[in-house]
Order: sequence, then C-alpha cells, then structure tokens
Amino acid sequence: MNFDRRTLLGAAATAPVWGAAPFRSARAQAANTIKIGVLNDQSGTYRDLSGGGSTQAVRQAIKDSGIEARGITVEVVQADHQNRPDVGSTVVRQWIDRDGVDVIMDVPTSSVALAVNTIVREKNKVFINSGAAASDLTGTACSPNTVHWTYDTWMLAKSTGGAMVRAGGQRWFFITADYAFGHALERDTSTFIRNAGGQILGSVRTPFPGTTDFSSFLVQAQASRAQVIGLANAGADTINSIKQAAEFGITRRGVKLAGLLVFITDVHSLGLQTAQGLVLTESFYWDLNDRTRALTQRLGNMPGNVKPSMVHAGCYAGALHYLKAVAEMGVAAAKASGVEAVNKMKAMPTEDDAFGAGSIRADGRKLHPTYLFEVKSPAESRAPWDYYKLLATTPAEESFRPLAEGSCPLIRS
Amino acid sequence: MDEIFGIPAPLLFGQLLLGLINGAFYALLSLGLAVIFGMLNVINFTHGAQFMLGAFVAWMLLNWLGIGYWGALILAPLIVGAFGIILERLMIARLYKLDHLYGLLLTFGLGLIIEGLARNEFGSSGLPYRIPAELTGAWDLGFMFMPIYRGWVVIVAIVMCLATWLVIEKTKIGSYLRAATENPALVQAFGINVPRMMTLTYGAGVALAAFAGVLAAPIYSVNPQMGSNLIIIVFAVVVIGGMGSILGSVVTGFGLGVIEGLTKVFYPEASSTVIFVVMAIVLLARPAGLFGRA
Repeated sequence: MNFDRRTLLGAAATAPVWGAAPFRSARAQAANTIKIGVLNDQSGTYRDLSGGGSTQAVRQAIKDSGIEARGITVEVVQADHQNRPDVGSTVVRQWIDRDGVDVIMDVPTSSVALAVNTIVREKNKVFINSGAAASDLTGTACSPNTVHWTYDTWMLAKSTGGAMVRAGGQRWFFITADYAFGHALERDTSTFIRNAGGQILGSVRTPFPGTTDFSSFLVQAQASRAQVIGLANAGADTINSIKQAAEFGITRRGVKLAGLLVFITDVHSLGLQTAQGLVLTESFYWDLNDRTRALTQRLGNMPGNVKPSMVHAGCYAGALHYLKAVAEMGVAAAKASGVEAVNKMKAMPTEDDAFGAGSIRADGRKLHPTYLFEVKSPAESRAPWDYYKLLATTPAEESFRPLAEGSCPLIRS
Repeated sequence: MDEIFGIPAPLLFGQLLLGLINGAFYALLSLGLAVIFGMLNVINFTHGAQFMLGAFVAWMLLNWLGIGYWGALILAPLIVGAFGIILERLMIARLYKLDHLYGLLLTFGLGLIIEGLARNEFGSSGLPYRIPAELTGAWDLGFMFMPIYRGWVVIVAIVMCLATWLVIEKTKIGSYLRAATENPALVQAFGINVPRMMTLTYGAGVALAAFAGVLAAPIYSVNPQMGSNLIIIVFAVVVIGGMGSILGSVVTGFGLGVIEGLTKVFYPEASSTVIFVVMAIVLLARPAGLFGRA
C-alpha cells in the first residue's frame, strides 16, 4: 500500500473504525457473510459494563449459534463512540455505507443510541440495542429496524422506584444526569411515584460528563427534606453520588438513596462496605441460576476483569437470536432488508442462557423477567463477585411498559 | 428562615463551604502546574494522569503492601514524583529549547498513554478506597453537616499552598530557582547545577499532583479518567490566575471553587461551563491572567 499524504489523512479521519477493519475493501466480502458492528464506550465510564466485553459476548454467541457450520461467515467489528452522538453517527454511517455492516449492536448512552436509531432506520439495517436505557427507543422514537433488548428506564422506574415507594419512601428529590437518559429515567420514575401517591419535591440537572463532586447537589436534596434521593444517573456519576452521600452522613440519618441504574461493575467499584443494602434492578446476574453460571463460565475472562454485566448478556442473547433468524430466512434476505430481519426476530420466540425464554414485541421491546436485588454485606458475601440477594422477580409481561402506553407510532398505524 | 436571593441562608453558606473545599483541590493541582510552568516553561498536560497515579498508587500500597492512607500520603507522592523525574530526564528535558507547543504535545501524549495503560490494567469503573478511620464522621455546623475528611482536605491544601509559596519566595533554593528561570546561563556560571534543579522542580510539581490524588481517593471514584475530568478545569484556573503565578493559581483555585459552588445552586446545568465563561472574560480583559505579568 502506498502511504501518501492523502491516504494518511483519510486514515486519520476514520480513526475510530480503523482497528476494526484495517484496510479491507467492502467489495471483498462474500455474499454469505454477515457483518456485526459493536459500537460502545471503549475508553470512558461505561467501558467495563459494555466495551470489549460486549464484543466478546457477541463472538461467543456466534460460536454457540453454530451458524458457521452452515457455511455462513460472521465478521465482527468494533468501535468507540466516546459517549458522543456525533462520533457514533459518523462511525455508523461509515460502517453501513463503506464497510457493509448489517447489524449495529450494544450502543450504551441514550443520546448516541437515539442518533444511531434514526440512521439505521434510514439505511434499513438492524439495530439491537443492549446498553442504552431510554424507553423512548420503543416509545416515541420506536423503529421497525430496532430491538431494545436488555432493560429500559420504565422497567427500572417500576421495579426500583415501585419498591422504594412501597417501603414508605413518599417524598422524592432527583439528582439527574443532564442528557436524554437522565431525563427519561426521571420522567418514568416520577410517573410511578405520583401514581402511587408520592410527591416530587424537586430535582437538579447535573452536567454530563464532567461532574465529579455531587456533595453540593446532595446537600440541596437533603435540604428539601426528601425521604428518598433518586439517582437518575449512571456509571461514575452514580458511584460518586453514593460515595459522597455516605461521606456526608445522608444515608445514616434516614434518607434513602434510590440507585435507579446500578450495574454490578458499579457495586464492585464501590466495594460492599459502601454499597451494602442498596436496592437495584437488573435483568441478568451472573450467579442467578445454572444457565447464567454456565454462560459466565463460557464467556471466560472479560476485559477489565469483571463478571459479565446485563449489557454483555444482552449483546450475547441479541446476537444469538439475530443469527437464528438469519439461519431461518437466509443470508441474502436478511442482508436485503433490516425490517424483514427484525420482523423475523419478532416472529420467533427467544431462548438463551442469559434471559431464558422470552419474546420481542411489535414495538421492538424484548420481554423477559426482571429482578430486584439487594447488595449483600461484606459478611454475607462468600466469594469474589458474590454481591446480590434476590428480593423479588417481576414476570416478563409486567416488567415493561404496556404496548398501548408507549405512544409508538408503529402501533397506532 | 432567612433567605438570600430566594435561597435559604443555611443552604447558601453550606454551598459556599463546599465550593471552598472543591477549590482546595483546584488550588493544589494548579499549584503544581504553575510551579512547573513558572520554572520550566513546560505546560505539563500529564498532570491529570499524575494526579490519577497518586490515587492508584495509594490503592496499590493498601491492597498489595497493606500500607494505609497515612503512609500513602507520604509514599505515593514520592513514588510518583520519582516517576516524574525519570520522565523529565528521559524525555521532557530534551524539549526545553523548543517552543512550548512541543512540550505540550509530548506531555499530552504521555498523559493519554498512562491513562490507557491504567485502564487496561484496572478497568474503567474504578476501585474502592475508604476514608481513614481517624477522619470518618462529621461535625454539625448548624447550617450544614460537615464531614471531617473534607475539613482535613481544606486545611492540608492551605498548608501545602503556603509551604510551596514560602519555599519559592522566601528561601535560598527558591531564589536560585527564580534566578534560573530568568537567566539559566548566568546562574549556571555561578556554579549552580541548573539542569538538576529543573529535574527536581518537575519532580516536586508531579509529587504535588500525586498528593492531591491521594487526598481525592477516599471521596471521588478512583478510576483512570479521574484526572482528565479535572485537568481541563485546572488549566482554566491556571490561565485565569496567570500562567506560572503561584499566588494567582492558589487564589483563583479557591475563588473558582466558590463560583462553581454557587452556580450549582442557582443554575446547576451550567456548573461545568461557568469556569470557562470566567476564563473567556478574563482573557478578553487581561490576557496575561489576573496575577500574571504581561
């Protein structure tokens, strides 16, 4: 290859997708090849719960699907969206237009996911989202090309928010990350609290990313005389909030923290001493049953030395189900129309080690049970990553927002 | 209850105090930067990574060697400072004769590499580090519940800033340093080893960053990104204070902490931008910064 100035500039401009498919021409790919692009945070706060682990999960799904024995090749590429919608959009356009990617997977950070959602629909490809939370993906922004797999803000609000209100937490104050995800989580949780007769005393919107000190917001929340401080944020924001709430003695004086989105990697980072007693909701826990333990075993050592998160599990299960659909309908048909591929996925029941039996609804919402956990105390934890006690299970049909209430335009028509 | 601008007075006092505490971190970090820029003329973009390393070394000392917070407060700055000295000898010292831009690019690159290595080794979600038992708990100030640890941070930061200022302005070594900045050739002619002094100054600046890192470990999430989140703000502090001005960076650090704290009450959405608004205004009115020499 001739490295003149123009090539180098061009290469630099496409740097995010580079490591993925170095200098490979799109034309070279055969007609029986499916190309999966895993797009997520590979260098920031969501790296451990998505990142390279999601790619590893997708690769495991390809292996477990046995699709390559049928003569179908599956290629995986990955890229870092740096939690920025502009970066994510550029990568997805290049992947689809130039590299012939058929499926975009994972995409945590709701603002990026909503941008990708639009592009994938416009290009008629498939978008299987595992990492993002905004329930708008199957609500006002729903798309016939999108499946929202793992969790969403409505489910978190109902499970964690509902449990807190039942336990007597009537007066709430929100600390909300100031972007699409935080707004959606605050909105969905507020609806539950009001319907249950609770009260919202106020909220603060904290800049994302870039806020490290939450003490000021915590003191404001406390001054409002709330019983519950709802943390509508994620990752390092949640860790800092919980750490500093303990420091300021807020939890010791009877105010409860509702970690509305807490991943197992966050619990690991906080340490059980600080995190114990926290109530949270996930749709997957590595130590839940024999099947999840077997999957965890197969996935092996994850990047960042973590146990698989529910986002990783969603990438595994989503890729597995998509490949089943491809095997049924044939590669050519699956590549030709993203809508048809997603329709096929919706028509088939799902079955995997991560979430058990489930289904995908007309609006793209994947349905499965969700679990309310409590974080164990250091004394209760018997092994590394033995972190959760199961408090309650919500069945699949009650876990997610009812189809009619989502204002998804696909449903009305 | 008394109100000021529609905010209950106790809440406002609490926020002012919290602002001062955050200001202490800004002051401590920008102090190291100002020392390095003032003496070496290098814009040290590795500072954030060195702050992060301070916190990580504290974690390693605790988990690998069983050395607690107090030991780490002394050892971590020494270890990271020594690492800084190696960097200076091997790489940064070669750039003193060139334009600032080269030093900036080199240190920026080094910062990214260090951050990336830490991320590969420890992941991005962070490590737990607890407040030392002696400093847990809180004082009830009436208008606010003040964690003892935060009080400790402010006191230590003020002592450190004063000590650094005294060393540079009032001691013999400090006078050599200042002279070497003005005219290195002449100072060398008097038989003073200027390159070694530069190396030690860089090491000291880096040690200050690591010291702030250890102070931050119990209250912020200890993760590889913790430095890059703060460093941009700290640069703004140094620019507003006047590049290289030690007094300027200390005063501005505390001042901007307070301004940011107030923004968090009146308009929280802007709390991460307000410092840059101040920076733009200061640069327009006084391009050399509040305390800088034009």
